[in-house]
Amino acid sequence: MLKNITMGQYYPVDSFVHRLDPRIKIVLTIAFIVAVFMVHSLVGYAIVLGFVYLTSRMANIPFRMLTKGLKPLRFILVLTFLLNLFFSTEGTTLIRLGFIHITHQGLSQAVHYSLRLMFLVVGTSLLTLTTSPIMLSDGIEMLLSPLKRFHFPAHELGMMMSIALRFIPTLLEETDKIQKAQMARGADFESGNLLQRAKAMVPLLVPLFVSAFRRAGDLAMAMEARCYHGGEHRTRLRVLKITQKDFIACAAMAGLILLIVVEGIIL
Amino acid sequence: MPIRLNNVTHTYSEGSAFQATAIRGVNLTIEDGEFIAVIGHTGSGKSTLVQHLNGLLKPTDGQILIDGEDLNGEKTDRRRIRQKVGLVFQYPEYQLFEETVAKDIAFGPKNLGLSDEEIDQRVRRAMAHVHLDYDKYAERSPFELSGGQMRRVAIAGVLAMEPKVLILDEPTAGLDPKGRDRILSMVRDLHAQGGVTVIMVSHSMDDVARLATRLIVMSKGEVVATGTPREIFRQVEMMEKIHLGVPEAAKLCAVLREKGIDLPDDLYTPDQLREALLAKWKEVSPC
Repeated sequence: MLKNITMGQYYPVDSFVHRLDPRIKIVLTIAFIVAVFMVHSLVGYAIVLGFVYLTSRMANIPFRMLTKGLKPLRFILVLTFLLNLFFSTEGTTLIRLGFIHITHQGLSQAVHYSLRLMFLVVGTSLLTLTTSPIMLSDGIEMLLSPLKRFHFPAHELGMMMSIALRFIPTLLEETDKIQKAQMARGADFESGNLLQRAKAMVPLLVPLFVSAFRRAGDLAMAMEARCYHGGEHRTRLRVLKITQKDFIACAAMAGLILLIVVEGIIL
Repeated sequence: MPIRLNNVTHTYSEGSAFQATAIRGVNLTIEDGEFIAVIGHTGSGKSTLVQHLNGLLKPTDGQILIDGEDLNGEKTDRRRIRQKVGLVFQYPEYQLFEETVAKDIAFGPKNLGLSDEEIDQRVRRAMAHVHLDYDKYAERSPFELSGGQMRRVAIAGVLAMEPKVLILDEPTAGLDPKGRDRILSMVRDLHAQGGVTVIMVSHSMDDVARLATRLIVMSKGEVVATGTPREIFRQVEMMEKIHLGVPEAAKLCAVLREKGIDLPDDLYTPDQLREALLAKWKEVSPC
């Protein structure tokens, strides 16, 4: 039941993309999102798709892993498409059937928005699939650290993120276990109306909360026992270093943006 | 209500990078009234195996027959089977959720749709089984009890379903010796007096030696041996090879035999060893 969550999941294999510096990967992901928003033609989307495909090949990630991540979004995607299709009334009319009124601009907007949304999700999943949660929060912390000057708690934020990410699989496992234990006592999580189902969640949520608080207490104690006292003067186990690979990745992204710009001018 | 496993295999996350085969080609028959201990090193597939027996996990290959009925057949009512095959998980105290002990124990019977009187009777019976005084504990919050007491409440929650087969996954993990003995004697009584078939997953060879009528030895997802404790514990070498070892008494017996003391090779509980040594002693010193 909880097996099919692809978004935000790390895919632990070794590859060129996996070994990139997380800071660079975060920045490049932002650049990728900007690039997607610069695209204004189907040829441009084809280029982006090609880029995503190549990246996933280089990252040793099965392409369907990425498309699987889109599955939970299918309703939002369909809704985005339909809203844009039916509710933008400017531009030349294509079809008029009673109250349905589809314009050229509406159609192209619908296609654009849903494609953008898809690439947004695919691009960020590429980041999370190839970057372990610890590396990811390290990267975010480092990227935010210049803001420390203005008393922005970059380290604390990074630590909270690492801990939260670290406990997602633990809590999922715990949920699975408690769920099974209650099912062994005849609990039924799968049938009934909305109210009955919500009620059936109580035997699952109460133990889960109790255990989350217990774990939080234990963790705080363990951290204090090892003299943790925040960000000042802390050294790191993994020191992040920019290598040649990162420059190659940057060049590839620059190439993608250039292609899109050129394509926009020519077509 | 015999349980038959035909060539059962379970692979987690099949077809992804996380793929792992937890059990492979398991064939077993569990008859009524047995006290079975499933033993094996960490990660040998014990927990995965027992979760198949009441349909919480579906085998990726193979078949499980309960009373001749395919557990994962389309028409099988798995909730009915879960009532007959009770499963107590590892650290079951973490599944408690109700405001009072009595309400928590009543959760299972309530799901069965029983009458209020029947539920009350079952709660009382279950609490008696686990040696918790009804008047003293029924209205207390389960969260203010000690760890050992919480565990007994959780076990009572499964016993209240009145299963014919009781599966316990490491019921004594993390308990002090006194709490451990209490749980084990309770399980023994359920088997001896209640006529319940017991399947217990355990790490402790000594506990297993005292209680079980048959052992199932697992290693790396496969059943490597089954037999009575006597048959299993004389195979000291095989047991050491899969990092399990044998009960302390059997170990001591093996050492004494090596030193040339003529003892039988099938002693595995302290009582048996003591009797044998006393008999030997009488032979050599006739006073």
